[in-house]
Amino acid sequence: MTTLNTQGEPILLEMRSITKEFPGVKALSNVSLRVMAGEIHAICGENGAGKSTLMKVLSGVYPYGSYTGDIVYQAETQQFKDIRASEAAGIVIIHQELALIPELSIMENIFLGNEPTKWGVIDWTEARKRSLELLARVGLREDPDTPIKEIGVGKQQLVEIAKALNKSVKLLILDEPTAALNESDSQHLLDLILGLKGRGITSIIISHKLNEIEQIADEITIIRDGKSIETLNVKRDGVDEDRIIKGMVGRTLESRFPDHEPKIGEVFFEVKDWTVGHPQIQDRLICKGSNFFVRRGEIVGFAGLMGAGRTELARSLFGHSYGRFIKGQVYKDGKQVNLRTVRQAIDAGLGYVTEDRKSLGLNLLDDIKTTTVAANLRAISNYTVVDTRKEFTVAEEYRKSLRTKTPSVEEGVAKLSGGNQQKVVLAKWMFTDPDLLILDEPTRGIDVGAKYEIYGIIQKLANQGKGVIVISSELPELLGLSDRIYTIFEGAITGVLDKNEASQESLMKLMTSARKAA
Amino acid sequence: MNALKKLFGGNTRQFGMIFALVALIVFFQIFTDGRTLTPGNVINLFNGNSYILILAIGMVLVIIAGHIDLSVGSVAAFVGVFVALAMRDWGLPWWAGVLFGLLLGAVIGAWQGFWVAYVGIPAFIVTLAGMLLFRGFNQFVGKSNTIPVPQDFQFLGSGYLPEIGPNTGFNNLTLLIGIIAAAFVVIMSLRARAASKALGAEVPELWVEVTKLVLICGAILYATYLFATGRPGTSFPIPGLILAVLVLIYGFIADKTVLGRHVYAVGGNRHAAELSGVQSKKVNFLVMMNMSVLAGLAGMIFVGRSTASGPFDGVGWELDAIAAVFIGGAAVTGGVGTVIGSIVGGLVMAVLNNGLQLLGVGADLTQIIKGLVLLAAVAFDVYNKSQGKRSITGLLMKNFQRNNDIKPDETTSTKEVISKEA
Repeated sequence: MTTLNTQGEPILLEMRSITKEFPGVKALSNVSLRVMAGEIHAICGENGAGKSTLMKVLSGVYPYGSYTGDIVYQAETQQFKDIRASEAAGIVIIHQELALIPELSIMENIFLGNEPTKWGVIDWTEARKRSLELLARVGLREDPDTPIKEIGVGKQQLVEIAKALNKSVKLLILDEPTAALNESDSQHLLDLILGLKGRGITSIIISHKLNEIEQIADEITIIRDGKSIETLNVKRDGVDEDRIIKGMVGRTLESRFPDHEPKIGEVFFEVKDWTVGHPQIQDRLICKGSNFFVRRGEIVGFAGLMGAGRTELARSLFGHSYGRFIKGQVYKDGKQVNLRTVRQAIDAGLGYVTEDRKSLGLNLLDDIKTTTVAANLRAISNYTVVDTRKEFTVAEEYRKSLRTKTPSVEEGVAKLSGGNQQKVVLAKWMFTDPDLLILDEPTRGIDVGAKYEIYGIIQKLANQGKGVIVISSELPELLGLSDRIYTIFEGAITGVLDKNEASQESLMKLMTSARKAA
Repeated sequence: MNALKKLFGGNTRQFGMIFALVALIVFFQIFTDGRTLTPGNVINLFNGNSYILILAIGMVLVIIAGHIDLSVGSVAAFVGVFVALAMRDWGLPWWAGVLFGLLLGAVIGAWQGFWVAYVGIPAFIVTLAGMLLFRGFNQFVGKSNTIPVPQDFQFLGSGYLPEIGPNTGFNNLTLLIGIIAAAFVVIMSLRARAASKALGAEVPELWVEVTKLVLICGAILYATYLFATGRPGTSFPIPGLILAVLVLIYGFIADKTVLGRHVYAVGGNRHAAELSGVQSKKVNFLVMMNMSVLAGLAGMIFVGRSTASGPFDGVGWELDAIAAVFIGGAAVTGGVGTVIGSIVGGLVMAVLNNGLQLLGVGADLTQIIKGLVLLAAVAFDVYNKSQGKRSITGLLMKNFQRNNDIKPDETTSTKEVISKEA
């Protein structure tokens, strides 16, 4: 039995007032989603708006009981306890990071966990026959025995879909399916999704590429700050990119920033024609001839959607620590500088606070004082012997000046809250006394109060005449903090806006299109 | 119990290990009718285990950095036979032989370090290959023969501090070293305490500090007494002296130097370390190279003790050294461990071996017991971590690694351990 909506169309899925809390954070609050049978339904929202969380609730990654609200699927209330349960009901999710095993063949991957057997033994003849059918359906002409690692990401995406089809999927969820694909692969994938729709398979697609959504989606649900804002019908409501952007960013700017009078000096740091290749994929570029500069005392924002190449740009600058360097020059105070190793970058006066505090920024086994001095041990050692008294004094100074909440600097960093961990990381880089500090998502996973303090620290650093680059996914943060904002889209800088001419809409436009602004 | 914990720095792991060691010693002292804590047995125990403990020093650094070295037994054997040959055939004097051995160790270490650090082959594989390679080289170079070493070289493995000065009924040098060690511990502890206090860091209560020092000094002096009153001609053994010096040096490097910090950083989170400017390849190279140098030294000490080099020297040493390190609190995933902890771990195994032998327990049962002890020690650790107190355990480990500002604590515990063992 199926339920119908007011237009008399059958409803496949309805999620009603879903609320999901993590310790200290309400990731989803009263989110509702209604998907019609046989449509392509897009979910849009800024990074961290709660799209992926919602899909994890739906697919049973967060099991029944860990959230409140109802999931009604095929006219029945569902209580998925894990992914297997949702898959049994025909809901298959394809994650942004593909879940394929590179060493196994296409066929083995398609049937992984779902192997056709005859008396307990895998029936490879049957598997082969079925995989050929499935590959034909997704339009992939490859020998099923080809190892996954030998085919490109675009084709791997198709294998994922074949795998989903094998599970007799009714509702296919694609999380950023084209994020890693080039244009023609993307187009092929979109066509395939449309083709599946023709065969009655409903899809939910999460994507930052608004042009693609406009092209294939029937309905769009916009999520902002963990709440469902609106559902638009593309044809009926005449939706275009601007309309979607308005829904995504329509948030009021609160005064969440300390007052700050910028004292901007001359240009002292300049990057020219910075071009970097993807670390694994041969001819993919992650930075496409980027040019930008930073003035003394200036806070420069970098805006871009996830995967646009902001972090990649920062890390490739910081001692070529990411990607394959191809070409480009860096000038500091008019002189060209070499940044081939992290050590050289630090010595040249750069500091980089990573977006991934836990896996790239901190040694969680360390205590506060060890972490504070970790990037500048030279300053507190005589003939390579660490002066533990100086270490303690330095750590203690930063604890006081940054107001890190901890019983003592001998406390392990793993025990601190996100905001205090970030202060320790900031202390570590401030102790290297950099001229240019690059902050990648400096307030990710930090509560509002601590954010305010971190903004204050950033502004103070700028007032000392340092240049600060802030990379952030939160547009209000960039607008509140930066003196100038660069936008990045697919590895290229697409524009630069002064503080007074930038708005969420203007930034979002530059962040979602390859149009050159200047 | 709480008071005891306070005494040992509030660290369950450290407390547990030292407690286990003391309990073992007391247990065997009782059940062997006092044969455990006799000068002869203690000296014997030291001579027979010093080379494993030396290996454990290098091994803990390798394991902290996140690697493992399976080749140490073979490297020790190869260096031993080559040095024995060099002295016999090329007429090298003993000191040149030692230098040559250390150099050879460094070359071997550079070879293994190159593959691990710069080519990026897992150390498990590189040193598994090394284990076969250098065992083969040992038997190839030595033609599977036993090669004797000269008398003065044997001093390295079986020598004692000489008798000098007036006849006091004790070995004067041993006595002197014991007293200096005790004085050193007291002075450094008090100085560090004063310094910490001046900086406003937390310091333990005075009675804790005093009791701790009294216990440690008592242990050092008791050990001194045992070593100084042995059979005439014996005293504090040379391998023990080498070990003590190495523990001091490596404890200092691990704890106080930039290089030591970098080893912990690379093992704790390689990416974070690299993004802080640490040259992780260089660190990995040095750690692997150092291990082989120490393996060479251990091999030479063993050859000195057994008066000749043979084709099956050092078989199974790597496992003893690795076991010592893990009993001593190192983590398989790297980033955690201490030199002194590994020495305690090695001593736990050594005392167990020795005591069971004295009790007349067969080799079969001894192995079973040792296996269970290793498993139990690490299980204790894993259990602690699984209590959802990962961070707390991390902190405890930290305390253990770098005992706050109390600089000579390393020294302290070493001596303490050595004496307790005695």
